[in-house]
Amino acid sequence: MSIFTTLKLAFRALWRNKVRSVLTMLGIIFGIGTVIAMISAGQGARQAVADVFSSMGTNLLIVTNGSSQSGGARGGAGTQMALTWADLEALQNGEVPTARYVAPVLTTKVQIAAEGQNWNTSVTGTTPEYFKIKNWDAKEGTLFDDDAAAAGPKVAVIGTTIVTQLFAGTNPIGQAITISGQPFEVVGVLASKGQSAMGQDQDDVVIIPLKAYRSKLDSGVGKYITRGQIYVSVKTEDDISRGEQQIAALLRQNHKLNATDDDDFRIRNLAELALNRKASTDKVTTLLAIVAMMSLVVGGIGVMNIMLVSVIERTREIGIRMAVGAKPIDVMTQFIVEALVLAIVGGILGLGFGAGLAKFMAGYYGWNFTFPASTAAIAFAVAGGVGVVFGFYPAMRASQLDPIQALRYET
Amino acid sequence: MLVDMRGIERTYIMGDNEVRALRGVDLQIEKGASLAIMGTSGSGKSTMMNIMGCLDQPTKGQYFLNGKDVSRLSRAQLADVRGRMIGFVFQSFNLLSRTTALENVEMPLMYQGVPGRQRHKRAMEALERVGLHNREHHHPNQLSGGQQQRVAIARALVCNAPIIMADEPTGNLDTKTSHEVMAILQGLGDQGITVILVTHESDIAAHARRVITLRDGLIVDDKTQEPVRAGDGGAATGARPQEGSAA
Repeated sequence: MSIFTTLKLAFRALWRNKVRSVLTMLGIIFGIGTVIAMISAGQGARQAVADVFSSMGTNLLIVTNGSSQSGGARGGAGTQMALTWADLEALQNGEVPTARYVAPVLTTKVQIAAEGQNWNTSVTGTTPEYFKIKNWDAKEGTLFDDDAAAAGPKVAVIGTTIVTQLFAGTNPIGQAITISGQPFEVVGVLASKGQSAMGQDQDDVVIIPLKAYRSKLDSGVGKYITRGQIYVSVKTEDDISRGEQQIAALLRQNHKLNATDDDDFRIRNLAELALNRKASTDKVTTLLAIVAMMSLVVGGIGVMNIMLVSVIERTREIGIRMAVGAKPIDVMTQFIVEALVLAIVGGILGLGFGAGLAKFMAGYYGWNFTFPASTAAIAFAVAGGVGVVFGFYPAMRASQLDPIQALRYET
Repeated sequence: MLVDMRGIERTYIMGDNEVRALRGVDLQIEKGASLAIMGTSGSGKSTMMNIMGCLDQPTKGQYFLNGKDVSRLSRAQLADVRGRMIGFVFQSFNLLSRTTALENVEMPLMYQGVPGRQRHKRAMEALERVGLHNREHHHPNQLSGGQQQRVAIARALVCNAPIIMADEPTGNLDTKTSHEVMAILQGLGDQGITVILVTHESDIAAHARRVITLRDGLIVDDKTQEPVRAGDGGAATGARPQEGSAA
C-alpha cells in the first residue's frame, strides 16, 4: 500500500474518534512542549550566565600582587610589591604564547567633578587592549587607541553611570571632567554592561590612558606595579589552565623565585568561576529536561493505551482487511502510522506550546529567547520516536490476530 | 484443477481436548464450477471453507490451489494468495462501517498496490456489475441488507479472483432479497467465476450444480444436479432497508 494511502487511512481513523485523538495528543503536546521549553530555557539561562561573565572579560586571568608579610603580619592580597613593569612588558611581548590580550589595570578611588557636580568613583588607567578583553565598545564618541595611550593625552572614557551623575544625561562628549584636580576631556561613553557577577555596577567607571594615569594620578613605586593588576585574556577556553601555568612560570622566573618559595603574586581565574556557574546551570537544565522527558514518556504511554483500545475495538475491521488480502505487515504499518500521526501532530502542536512557554519564561527571567531550528528538529524526531516505540506493541498485537477469530469478533 | 485437496485434516486443541474438525478430506474442484458445501453445524464445513479460503491451514494433507501448494505458506504469503485468488462474501456482510460503498470495494486493491485512480475505476466497474453504481457514496448504514451484500460481492469481485466463497450469503436476508443475491452469484458463475456456497440450507444449495455434504469432518455425499435458477440477476435494488452493518 502506498504511504499516501496509509496516511489517508490513518488520518481518517483518527478523525473518527476526534475527542479521543485530541486527548491522547494532549499528552504528547505537554510532553514535547515541556521538553522544548526546558531545552530553550536552559540555553537562555546558560547564555545569560555566559553573558554576565563575558561582560567581565573573555577567558580572563587576573594577575595581582601577593600578600606582603612583615614580622608575621600579613598585609592581604595585593599588598606585596612583586609585579613589575618588566613583567607587564614580558607578557605584552608575547612571552606567554596562550595570551591573546594583555592589559595593565591600575585603579584608584578618587573624587571627580564636572559642571558643578562631583562624584566618587574608580578611575582606571589602562591600555586599549583592556576594551578588547572586556568586549567593550563606545556607545558614543570613541575609545582611545594605542597611539593615544602611548602619548598620554588627558582624555577619558566614561561609563553611563558617570554620565547620569555628572552630566544629568546630557551629551558629555568634548566636555571636561576634573580628576584629582586635573582636567580631562571626555572622548567616549562606554556601552552599558550592567552589574557584574559580583553585583558591582560596571558602568560606574572612568577609564584613562595608562601614561596619563601614571603621570597625573599615581606614579607607583619605581619598577613595581602597585595598586594594580594585569589582565590576561587567553585565546580559548581550553587555554585557561595552561595560560595560568605559563604566566606563573614566567613570573616566578622573572622574580627569581626558588622552587621552594611561595608565589609572590596571585592569578585569579574568572573563567573557571564562569565555567562552574555554567556547569551548575547545565545541571539544573538537565534535571528539568529529565522531568520533562518523564512527562513525554507518560504521553507516549497514553498513545500506547489508546492504540491498544483501538486495536481491540477494530478487531473485526482487522479481520476483514486480512480476509481481503492485508498482510500482517500491512496491518502493522497501519497502526504504527496512526500512532506516528498522533505523536507527530502532537509534537508539532507541542513545539508551538513549548516555544510559547519558553518565550514567556525568557521574558519573565530576562533571558534571550532562543529557539534554534535544531530544537524543532529534535522535537520532531523525538515525537516520531515516541510514536514508533509506543505504537509498536499495539500494532504488533493487531498484526498477529488470527483472521478467523477476528472476523467472528463481536463488538 | 483449480482446487485440489488431498487428505486434508484439521485438528484443534481446545484445552485438553483434541477436536478433529476435518478427518481426511479429498476434493477436486474444476475452474468455473458451481459448488455448494453443505453440512450441519459442527460438520466441519466452516473449517473446510477457512482452509479452502486460505484463512487457515490444514494440520495434515496437501492443498493445491491453481496448481500451487498452499498448505505450508507463511501468514503473509497466505494473505497474498487470498487477495489474488479468493473473494469472500459473508453472512453478516462484513463491510467497514462509516466507509462508503466505493471505499469498501476499493479496499482489497489497496493491498495489491493498485494506484488510486485505477482503484476507483475498477471499484466502480465492480459496483456496476452488482447494480449499485448509483450508490457508491452511501455508507453501509444507508443501504439495505441486500444492497450491503451486493457491495460485499463487488468487493469480492474487484480483484478478479477466480474463486468467490460465499458463507451463508443469504442468512441475514429476507426471501426476496436472498433471491436477488443468489441471482447475482449465479450470474457470476455464468461468467466463469468459481462460486462456492457454504450453507446449511438445502434450498440455497439447490442453486449449485455440485453439492457436497460434510458430516463429522468427512465428505459423506457428492452429487451433481441441475441447478435452480434464481432469476436474471438484474439490477433490482433491495426493497426494504435493514439494520446490521458489520464492523
